Amino acid sequence: MATQRIVTTTINGTEKSLLCEPRQTLLEVLRDNLNMTGTKEGCSNGNCGACTVLLNGDPVTSCLVLAVECEGAEIETIEGVATKDGLTPIQNAFLENAALQCGICTPGIIMSTKALLKQNPNPTEEEIRFYLAGNLCRCTGYDKIVDAVQDAAQRQCGAGCSSDA
Amino acid sequence: MRDFEYEAPESLEGAIQLLSASEAKPLAGGTDLIDHLRTGRVVADVVVDIKKIPELNVLEIDETGLRLGAAVSCMKICQHDGIREHYPSLTDACTIIGGIQIQSRASVGGNLCNSGAAADSTPALIALGGVCVIAGQDGTREVPVEEFCTGPSQNILKQGELLTEIRFPLPQGKSSSHYRRFIPRFEMDIAVVGVGASVSLDGAGEKITTARVALGAVAAKPFLAEKVDEFLVGQAPTEETFTQAGAIARELISPIDDHRGTAEFRTHVTGVLVRRVLTEAARRAAEK
Repeated sequence: MATQRIVTTTINGTEKSLLCEPRQTLLEVLRDNLNMTGTKEGCSNGNCGACTVLLNGDPVTSCLVLAVECEGAEIETIEGVATKDGLTPIQNAFLENAALQCGICTPGIIMSTKALLKQNPNPTEEEIRFYLAGNLCRCTGYDKIVDAVQDAAQRQCGAGCSSDA
Repeated sequence: MRDFEYEAPESLEGAIQLLSASEAKPLAGGTDLIDHLRTGRVVADVVVDIKKIPELNVLEIDETGLRLGAAVSCMKICQHDGIREHYPSLTDACTIIGGIQIQSRASVGGNLCNSGAAADSTPALIALGGVCVIAGQDGTREVPVEEFCTGPSQNILKQGELLTEIRFPLPQGKSSSHYRRFIPRFEMDIAVVGVGASVSLDGAGEKITTARVALGAVAAKPFLAEKVDEFLVGQAPTEETFTQAGAIARELISPIDDHRGTAEFRTHVTGVLVRRVLTEAARRAAEK
């Protein structure tokens, strides 16, 4: 077996050192080594986006990242989204707009939404659909997800954004 | 996934040495490699992460042109204002490769080395006159992008060689470029036909002085449609000219039938896309 590596990363703001094999993906290590099962496994080949996490702020499919590549990296998963005060505006918008049914795609879509709204605080419907194209949902038909993202943008951005933009 | 070792050299020499061993594979964004390792399509004893090598992360534009490190991600390219201004076909291609998660990781160098016939960035690189800089144990060599791929998933790299960067001349005067593809969906699909084009106009914007049109997904590898380029020189940038260019392009391709489209459909779309891509490239050039 290949030499196991100690990889030190910051996950959801906390520095963690973990032992992993070079062949283990970030997704496997999150779920199987760290028991952080909020990140979901869908296709495991980068098509569905269920395993999306933020790697140094950018959304990536964690099934296509080797854990050993993450030395020194900052990783954010769905477990790090809510604060001690409760759910964030994005999470509340998804709940209140019923933007999920089975829920498997939801952690990945929340992570992509977080990255989108950071880059573009008030996206158009077209921009939302384009940005979220890498996150598949087989339940909702996407309309409620788009509604939730627009609602989340309004909640986060408040009076700074016009409702018809 | 089959077991392998992982190395992340910080020097080009270190990487070349590691890659000279048999069954060593370079890892940039990993969006193809990690999937291929999982399925067994690619076998590696050592995976060499090349993202820590300075030469492969270079991204510079000066009066001589653009130096694009082979490991630079599509996202970095999409966010680069200089590339958007001078090399917009590259921005066009990188904006539509995979979804945002793939763009965060995937590199244009990796897209080229994967050598898919339908690779989205390759026609854009060819249209822009890109030259590959390849390092090996015997030094470096330079090869035009259109000579890099030799067939589906095949290219000229030898064991122990590494694509380090792609260099592009700086477009002069009224010059610009565009890449567009046809897919049955809106996003996240593989090109049925992909067309990259760069066009230079004379000072008055009335005649085409040079053009490079590259076609993807309609032959065993992306290629430069030289007969189209020859036809375009001296012509006026009109719809009629670009329609004729499309008709010439249709004669140069050897498309296959697959579930994304028949050869007949690909032939039709080639003509349409060549016209549209040239029209947009010329429109952009006229604004310079």
